[in-house]
Amino acid sequence: MSTTAPTHDRTGTREVREAVVVRFAGDSGDGMQLTGSQFTLETALAGLDLTTFPDYPAEIRAPVGTTFGVSAFQIHFGSVDVKTAGDEIDVLVAMNPAALKVNLGNLRLGGIIVADSGSFGDRNLAKAGYDANPLEDNTLAPYQVIRLDVTQLTMNAVESFGLSKKEALRCRNMWALGLMLWMYDRDRTATTSWLAKKFASRETLAQANIAAINAGHAYGETAELSGNLTGYRVADADLPPGEYRTISGTEALVWGLVSGLRSAGIPRLVFGSYPITPASPVLHSLATMRDLGVITFQAEDEIAAVCSAIGASYGGALGVTSSSGPGIALKTEAIGLAVSAELPLIILNMQRAGPSTGLPTKTEQSDLFQAVYGRNGDTPVAVLAAATSTDCFEVGREAVRLATKYMTPVILLSDGYLANAAEPWLLPDLDGLETWPVRFHTDPEGFEPFRRDPVTLARPWAVPGTPGLMHRIGGIEKQDGTGHISYDPDNHQTMTDVRAAKIAGIADDVPPQAVALGEDTGRLAVVGWGSTFGPINKGVERARAKGQAVSHVHLRYLNPFPANLGTLLGNFERILVPEMNNGQLVTMLRSTFLVPAEPLTKVTGQPFKISEIEAAIDAALESQP
Amino acid sequence: MTTSTLPLAPKDFASDQEVRWCPGCGDYAILKALQKTLADLEARPESTVFVSGIGCSSRFPYYMSTYGFHTIHGRAPAIATGLKLANPDLDVWVITGDGDGFSIGGNHLLHVLRRNVDLQIVLFNNEIYGLTKGQVSPTSRVGTKSPTSPRGSVAHPLNPVAVALGAGARFVGRAIDIDQKRLIGVLTAAQQHRGASFVEIFQNCVVYNDNVFADFTDRATATDTQLHVEHGKPMRYGADGNRGLRIKPGTLQLESIVVGADGITDDDVLVHDQTDKTLAGLLGALKPPEFPEVLGVLYDNPAESYESQIVPKETADQHTPLNDLIRAGRTWSVT
Repeated sequence: MSTTAPTHDRTGTREVREAVVVRFAGDSGDGMQLTGSQFTLETALAGLDLTTFPDYPAEIRAPVGTTFGVSAFQIHFGSVDVKTAGDEIDVLVAMNPAALKVNLGNLRLGGIIVADSGSFGDRNLAKAGYDANPLEDNTLAPYQVIRLDVTQLTMNAVESFGLSKKEALRCRNMWALGLMLWMYDRDRTATTSWLAKKFASRETLAQANIAAINAGHAYGETAELSGNLTGYRVADADLPPGEYRTISGTEALVWGLVSGLRSAGIPRLVFGSYPITPASPVLHSLATMRDLGVITFQAEDEIAAVCSAIGASYGGALGVTSSSGPGIALKTEAIGLAVSAELPLIILNMQRAGPSTGLPTKTEQSDLFQAVYGRNGDTPVAVLAAATSTDCFEVGREAVRLATKYMTPVILLSDGYLANAAEPWLLPDLDGLETWPVRFHTDPEGFEPFRRDPVTLARPWAVPGTPGLMHRIGGIEKQDGTGHISYDPDNHQTMTDVRAAKIAGIADDVPPQAVALGEDTGRLAVVGWGSTFGPINKGVERARAKGQAVSHVHLRYLNPFPANLGTLLGNFERILVPEMNNGQLVTMLRSTFLVPAEPLTKVTGQPFKISEIEAAIDAALESQP
Repeated sequence: MTTSTLPLAPKDFASDQEVRWCPGCGDYAILKALQKTLADLEARPESTVFVSGIGCSSRFPYYMSTYGFHTIHGRAPAIATGLKLANPDLDVWVITGDGDGFSIGGNHLLHVLRRNVDLQIVLFNNEIYGLTKGQVSPTSRVGTKSPTSPRGSVAHPLNPVAVALGAGARFVGRAIDIDQKRLIGVLTAAQQHRGASFVEIFQNCVVYNDNVFADFTDRATATDTQLHVEHGKPMRYGADGNRGLRIKPGTLQLESIVVGADGITDDDVLVHDQTDKTLAGLLGALKPPEFPEVLGVLYDNPAESYESQIVPKETADQHTPLNDLIRAGRTWSVT
């Protein structure tokens, strides 16, 4: 179904905003993720640019009303280019005291708080650690506070449907959504039709939820007339023409893999995986794609997951596995087998905060060393990272291309933020994309399992079932060419060298490193990788607007680095490397290129703010190298 | 060999690689038996794959002229599962040992059996770690002295048949390495069983655990210590063929009986039913000297295999328009 952006004829009466950050926050049972998703849908359909940031606790149902049970969904939308989920919150919708307490620190001074006063009773206040009701003292004096008894207003709105009290209270989020849709002049149709479908088997619930939305919306209209509330207008964004949908990093990655599979001409993808936060949604998505040649296998553990993918690649399918840091650690030995046996394999790592179990639902970029170096022996693999949700599509395709062309494992680094964050995607023509058909080896004449392509150094992909090519491979060192077991010292040197050369050679098969923003020479290069793209790009943009000679370089290829990267970095006086880890890429750049790269690290489980990048640029330019 | 013109002889299933097991190792006999099994079955080398883990037994694939993958310790069942998902038409054999299969790879063995992936899992049980020089294994008997148990091991061994049945195996067979004829019979039945089949082979390690199975493999006493079951036949054994098994009256246990003694007749001897899982469990638990070691096909009761329910019969249509699929749901146009 395709819809065009609704046009609004509301002239002059609303205050205009260029971009706004709204954060819906409540208990993990309050439906904040659904509320945020629907607000996102209506915003996207209206033609605005946007980025979302679902931020939820690891506990599925934490004790009601506690600070650690707060679930939030942040959306940054605007008529201008939106690249991050927003530094500061403009509007905080707080469904209970805990939600207010946890999120207040990120609300800009003068920002709006919409608080459900009906949930600010003594019990909830105590659970949130408030001695006094912040809605009734001076705590919130620096902000505009809209106190509404959303609880009671929702009960009134759904009264006629005969719901239980529990069911009626579950409509609170829709009432709040209705109010916010009014506040930003959004349509309600997509949400109401979604509700009708979601509750198709319980029509009363659908009607009650729709009534709650309409009541919230109507409340806004009435209050505006009486001057108690202000509505805003955010104009359409100046997006390039074409057809759009919103897409999360996970969804984009899945489509990238499927599209890559098609480009490689391989009939089957076998996805072996084990549930882990925040990677499980990849398994959920691929599980619905059997008709496209995708077989999913929920393995008994992380090791079986990667091993099933290796077995599948050995059998002529594309083997893919996914996990997050702790699970990747368990797969390590098997990845070494795929390096030794020289089989295609894609390993997706949705990074999360570590070490050990760490913070499962919070984002981090601290598995770069693990990806590049974290195996026994000299065991090189290709490592790629996605920069944005939509970039996950391109990187997913690239992983397929490299894995099959070079007969190698490819580790694709995403993270918890990218996996969940959504943005508008200018839909590509998938039929018009480049293809790189795989040729399975079939000719017995002169066949040797480790006789290499002279250019790529890849060995032939000869799969069981092919007459005349029967051979044995394994993790023991193999004689170059024949693949027979070999303990010959010189051969081991040769094979170690050739495995390294094969991966290093990929550098000549990828685009030269481009500059994302700015000139290819200057005083400062800000070099990033992965999901820090948005804040770095906006930070550099602001610095450049101030006249600073700063450029943004963002790496997709982390092993090997693009061939020109050393030269490019040499063109800058200083290099700043913001990372959500304790300084990993910066160490790699320093050791590889002997450049004086400096770290900017953050491991709070939250993405960088633009202002943090901007401040670090100022500091770097003000200080002497 | 580059072509496979049938019929093939057992030697046609041997690779050109030098076999490197210790002289006298039971693995040689198993290798010969499997090569003959494949020849007898008229197997096609290009459609046959041996997947192994790590250990003495896991060198096996190198010595076969089929496809082979010598993988990592304990993981062969998982790799073989992926292989079957990629190509269900392949005939895949997993070669493992008591350490590889029940210790480091125990989890995978449980799950491949539970899922019923169409594989033959052949476990060489020598009750010891051979390749790492003689440490106790999960099947070592209590009191086994080894470099890691100098005063004798104290942990109880697991019973491979009981574990396999417990995990949901639908084929369980047992044979002795050097009893080629019967070993081939069990391997053949395993290959012809659709779904996961589990075969335990008592394999003698001449270096680290020599003669550990002598209590029932010794030829001089074998007739009294081995019971070879056949579906539908009375379970009789003994030098005179007059011993047998029956359910001990009033219990859920088997007892050894002598036909002709105490009024016991032929009719008292229990008939083997290979589809009876409870019986298979009872048979698998019997140990000499009180009972014979029960050999042959203990359990064979097929059900639909995992991959046949997961992998579509037809390969996916490469022309399903992806453009339509990515546009399913809410889209909007910017002009």
